Amino acid sequence: MLRRLRSQKVQDIVTAYVFLVPTLMILGIFVFAPVFYAFYLSFFDYDILAPQNSRFLGFGNYLEAFRDPVFKKAVKNVIYYASVVVPTQMVLAFLLALGVTSGTRFQNFFRVAYFIPTVTSSVVISHIFLYIYSTTGLLNHILGWFGIPPHNWMEDVRTALPAIMAMNIWTTAGQYMVIYTAGLNDIPEEYYEAAKVDGATYWQRLRYITLPLLRPVTLFVSMMSVIGTLQLFDQPYLMTNGQGGPVDSTMTVMLYIYKNAFGGYFRMGYASALSVLLFLLILVLSIIQRKWLGQEVQY
Amino acid sequence: MELSKNRVVRAVVLAILSLYALITVIPFLWSVSTALTKTHHVDLLLQNWGIPPEPTLDNFRYLLKHGDFGRWFLNSLIVTVCTTVGKAFFNSLAGYALARIDFPGREFWFWFIISSMMIPSIVILVPRYLIVHHLGWLNKYKGMIVPSLTTAFGVFLMRQFFLTIPKELEEAARIDGLSRFGIFWRVVLPLSRPALAAQVIFNFMEEWNNFVWPNLVARSRDMYTLTVGLQVFKNEHYSFWNQVMAGSMFLTIPIIIVYLIFNRWFIRGITISGLKG
Repeated sequence: MLRRLRSQKVQDIVTAYVFLVPTLMILGIFVFAPVFYAFYLSFFDYDILAPQNSRFLGFGNYLEAFRDPVFKKAVKNVIYYASVVVPTQMVLAFLLALGVTSGTRFQNFFRVAYFIPTVTSSVVISHIFLYIYSTTGLLNHILGWFGIPPHNWMEDVRTALPAIMAMNIWTTAGQYMVIYTAGLNDIPEEYYEAAKVDGATYWQRLRYITLPLLRPVTLFVSMMSVIGTLQLFDQPYLMTNGQGGPVDSTMTVMLYIYKNAFGGYFRMGYASALSVLLFLLILVLSIIQRKWLGQEVQY
Repeated sequence: MELSKNRVVRAVVLAILSLYALITVIPFLWSVSTALTKTHHVDLLLQNWGIPPEPTLDNFRYLLKHGDFGRWFLNSLIVTVCTTVGKAFFNSLAGYALARIDFPGREFWFWFIISSMMIPSIVILVPRYLIVHHLGWLNKYKGMIVPSLTTAFGVFLMRQFFLTIPKELEEAARIDGLSRFGIFWRVVLPLSRPALAAQVIFNFMEEWNNFVWPNLVARSRDMYTLTVGLQVFKNEHYSFWNQVMAGSMFLTIPIIIVYLIFNRWFIRGITISGLKG
């Protein structure tokens, strides 16, 4: 009896590891190893086409990053981008969610429609907006009704990044709306009823019931949104042919990393150092945000 | 929370929501009607309120004849289906081991897997590319598929779901002589359909739309997925917006159909993954 139990135990251990091995191998090779590899490479001058010529640089790549005007510009762009896009998309998503859950008609239709950009490929959306933003495109046509002269939005240093911001807000508002809607539906109707009995107005209920109870959702959404915007890559890559132009006005950190590694320079070591810096930036910001928005989020 | 019983207030809310729905939908309608327009009519669309003067399927015919869209569609399908199915399977296997089997090291591996969620995948793009390069997997399906065959978050979700399945069911199956894998495959997985469906549909969308990784791994034209192919096609046919928009339909229509059929699951998927933090 005891022996049978023991062999059962051994069998369980073997089964458990057989079940886990594929996951552990894939995470090990394609997630953990790259982190250490990036860290290692960041101390070298490494050319993928001529690996035998790689040189140890110490902190050389990091020192270069802090002096690199394009990298500084990319960081500035990304911060500017996040500081506009994150609050705007959150407020918009919250208002849409309030509207959709206010007992309006056609709420399912709205929910489905707002979500369509989220399921559409970034390639398709970038192309549609390039087309709409073009000099003879739909946007200039509509602005023409109000007497505004046509403008080449993606070729102007001042408007290229804001144009991408507007597109991104449009793309993700529906996604965050869905998350807010789920959060709003989780608030028991009785709370509002009770407040109503006590004579609370709509704004008071919103201010003292809805907003505080939505705090965890707001934390999630803002973290996702900040982390997402810091990693911005697809849209500027797709809309500027990977150049981040005009004159680096749409250059983002990820795009610059990509450009260094694959865009003709083949500077893998420098790109790795920039990746490490971006990773640290994301880590620090998410810690600050967690502190700032208060309570720990529970799964 | 109900806003107001006042009919004027309700009408205003409905109007605002409708306006935003229009803003959301118009770019898509615009691209559809452009895709149905002849090249020399594209400039007339603006005067014509977006209605093609002589609607035509010529652009699609042209793409199927001269483009590689058929091949790219097939590549996208192969990569997406393999990744999505593989992910569901491996995530479930690992999630099951962590939820149900008692073995030394379980806690450790659980936290090992969870900790990988801290690493944004795009940040490790360069070293991951180099690893795939060293493995000799560039320009191959496996290079596009294998690195994303499992996700920590998926493992975590499946584990949480398996914990809610009553243990008695499995014990009964065990007494009936089923092996561990038999229990997993014939008892646990069928009970997990809701969790699996939400994951599969959400992952299908992510993989189908994925651009960054196939753009690096696929080197030759015949290995492009639709996203990569479409971007290359756009650069070759710049200003032929009717053809570019027709090309984008190959990418958009399948996912919109899947979305309209399963929209409940999409929304569940995004709500769950929204909790990822």
